[in-house]
Amino acid sequence: MNPEYYLILAAALFCIGAVGVLVRRNSIVVFMCVELMLNAGNLTLVTFARTTGTVDGQVMAFFVMAVAAAEVVVGLAIIMSIYRSRRSASVDDANLLKA
Amino acid sequence: MDEISYAPAEGLLSFTWVLIALPALGAAILLLAGRRADKWGHWVGVTTIGAAFALALGLFGSLAGLEDKSAQLDLFTVIEVGSVKIDASLLFDPLSAVFCLLITGVGFLIHVYAVGYMAHDPGRRKFFAYFNLFAAAMLILVLGGNYFMTFVGWEGVGLASYLLIAFWQLKPAAATAGKKAFLTNRVADVGFLLAMFLMLGTLGTVDFAGVFNGAAELSTTTSLALGLLLLAAACGKSGQWPFQTWLPDAMEGPTPVSALIHAATMVTAGVYLIARSNVIFSLNPDVQTAVVVVGALTLLFGSIVGCAKDDIKRVLAWSTVSQIGYMFLAVGLGGGAFALGIIHLLAHGFFKAGLFLGSGSVMHAMNDQTDIRRFGGLWRKMPLTYATFAAGWLAIIGLFPFSGYFTKDPIIAAAFTREGWQGWVVGGAALLGAALTAFYMTRLFVLTFHGPKRWTEDVHPHESPAIMTGPLVLLGIGSLAAGGLMASPVTEWLTPVFGEHHEAHGHLTHLQVTVATTVAVVLGAALAWVLFRNGTDEVPRAAAWPVRLARADLGGEAVNRGVFERPSRLAASASVAMDGRVVDGAVNGLSAAIGGSSRRLLTLQTGFVRSYALSILSGAVIVVAALMVVVTQ
Repeated sequence: MNPEYYLILAAALFCIGAVGVLVRRNSIVVFMCVELMLNAGNLTLVTFARTTGTVDGQVMAFFVMAVAAAEVVVGLAIIMSIYRSRRSASVDDANLLKA
Repeated sequence: MDEISYAPAEGLLSFTWVLIALPALGAAILLLAGRRADKWGHWVGVTTIGAAFALALGLFGSLAGLEDKSAQLDLFTVIEVGSVKIDASLLFDPLSAVFCLLITGVGFLIHVYAVGYMAHDPGRRKFFAYFNLFAAAMLILVLGGNYFMTFVGWEGVGLASYLLIAFWQLKPAAATAGKKAFLTNRVADVGFLLAMFLMLGTLGTVDFAGVFNGAAELSTTTSLALGLLLLAAACGKSGQWPFQTWLPDAMEGPTPVSALIHAATMVTAGVYLIARSNVIFSLNPDVQTAVVVVGALTLLFGSIVGCAKDDIKRVLAWSTVSQIGYMFLAVGLGGGAFALGIIHLLAHGFFKAGLFLGSGSVMHAMNDQTDIRRFGGLWRKMPLTYATFAAGWLAIIGLFPFSGYFTKDPIIAAAFTREGWQGWVVGGAALLGAALTAFYMTRLFVLTFHGPKRWTEDVHPHESPAIMTGPLVLLGIGSLAAGGLMASPVTEWLTPVFGEHHEAHGHLTHLQVTVATTVAVVLGAALAWVLFRNGTDEVPRAAAWPVRLARADLGGEAVNRGVFERPSRLAASASVAMDGRVVDGAVNGLSAAIGGSSRRLLTLQTGFVRSYALSILSGAVIVVAALMVVVTQ
């Protein structure tokens, strides 16, 4: 099968993820979109590993997954504590850094 | 010229340092003991100065018995750098001996007087501490064996003078007068410092013997500079033109201070300096001319302003300026006139101290009134003060056979010995000065003691207590007799310092000068008697411009204001403006620029996570696009 299709799919997933991060307010959804972008990245890595016939890209994908898993733990913990203190999961409400 | 050398001190003379230590010890006790000494402190002051007088008499006797009339005492080394070595050395020779006797003798009488005068002043202990400090510093000044020690004393008396002028420091006029005296003296003292630097630079020493022996080899320019620098220092301390303005203001201090420091001793330090440096001054005729001009100008200046003043102490202050002008004239003429200057200085020390103490006695009786237009008819109320003041008055105007006749006349005669037209000008000035002196002193005397009484109702004049009149009587006797008794023995006594001199012949013979002076003095005194025997207006009448000018100190203050004060104020306000606008402006501008740009940058912090995400995304897109452009090329 032509690897280009995988790359196009990955690009499409990345764009969906990016747009989702930019337009959605719910922090859980934003978080999921971030995961989507990471997985789009993983898909390209695996695709290129397949085309070049090496395992580097696959190894890298595992690293990304491991980091993503750790990030999810931290991210969800932050979202939880923000929700507890503000009773809201909207990313626009958490604007304490506004000048 | 003979080599100048000083013999080392032996016997009693090796205790010369005790002369300084006594009043210094008194000052230390009074200052350190604090309030505990309030009850008996003044007697410590009187005793130490009295003991110093006794010791000075003993030293004087020892010196008289010596062959070469000098005793140098090296105490310790103060500065030793390379080839320069400066010792704390004392020199007791005929010149310093007469000064020591004057300082401790007149100083003792004035100390005794001050016990009575300051009796009701809460600061009497402090007053005596400063008074003793002054005596110690003045003794260092005249006993110093090199210019460095003289300078130490010079600054010491400046400090004591400042402390005592501003003694009533809560009175703004006194505080200002103290500062003025201090600052004016500092300006002139730069001359002294530069002169010492010049000596060290050219001769490598500041010892009297070294400087005097080396002075002959100096170039004309150097000796001119040296002479003029020393003259500047002398003018500052002695209140001579152009530094005269501080001296009359110094009368804000207590009257014993005016008598001791600003009449009898400290202000004559300039004369001492020139007399001590007679070798340097005799070298260069231009320097001598400068001293003569300063002396003649100041003696006229002082006597003219003295005629126009109505404050008893200020008249006496201007008279001091004028009399020191006579001394400067004498030491400027050089040769045999050096001794004349010193003799007039000694006689002046007596009669001016007596006059000042007399004025203090009058003020004491008149509730501290100093305006002579408010006196009159006091002779009946305070006969002792009247008699002693009369003695001082006769002495200062110089009628035969009183003090001034023996000391001032020879100076006037010496002034006529200057060659050519200068002799006529200088001699004429001195003669005119004598007439003016007779005029203003008679005016002062008549307005104070004679004529109708012009006091206010609440004043009850009375004679001062014995502790004040005692010194007055002694000084009065000194005023009458000192000149006649001292003139020729002192001249002889000072010969080792100034050398032998034969009487010079001038435009006029001594007899002619005597006659001319006597006529001038009698005319001046008679004019004042006629004008003021019936009193005077209590408010000054509108007068013609010469009188107005004299009332304004002949423009001395105006010159100070125009030449020094106004430019200084301008410079100060320019500096403030420069600091405020330019320096502060640059600093504030920089901080404002940074603050403003930060505030503008702040608006980028929206607080919306999604907008940050957008900027991260666009950044990433830009980086990727740039990479693609670079890679595909």
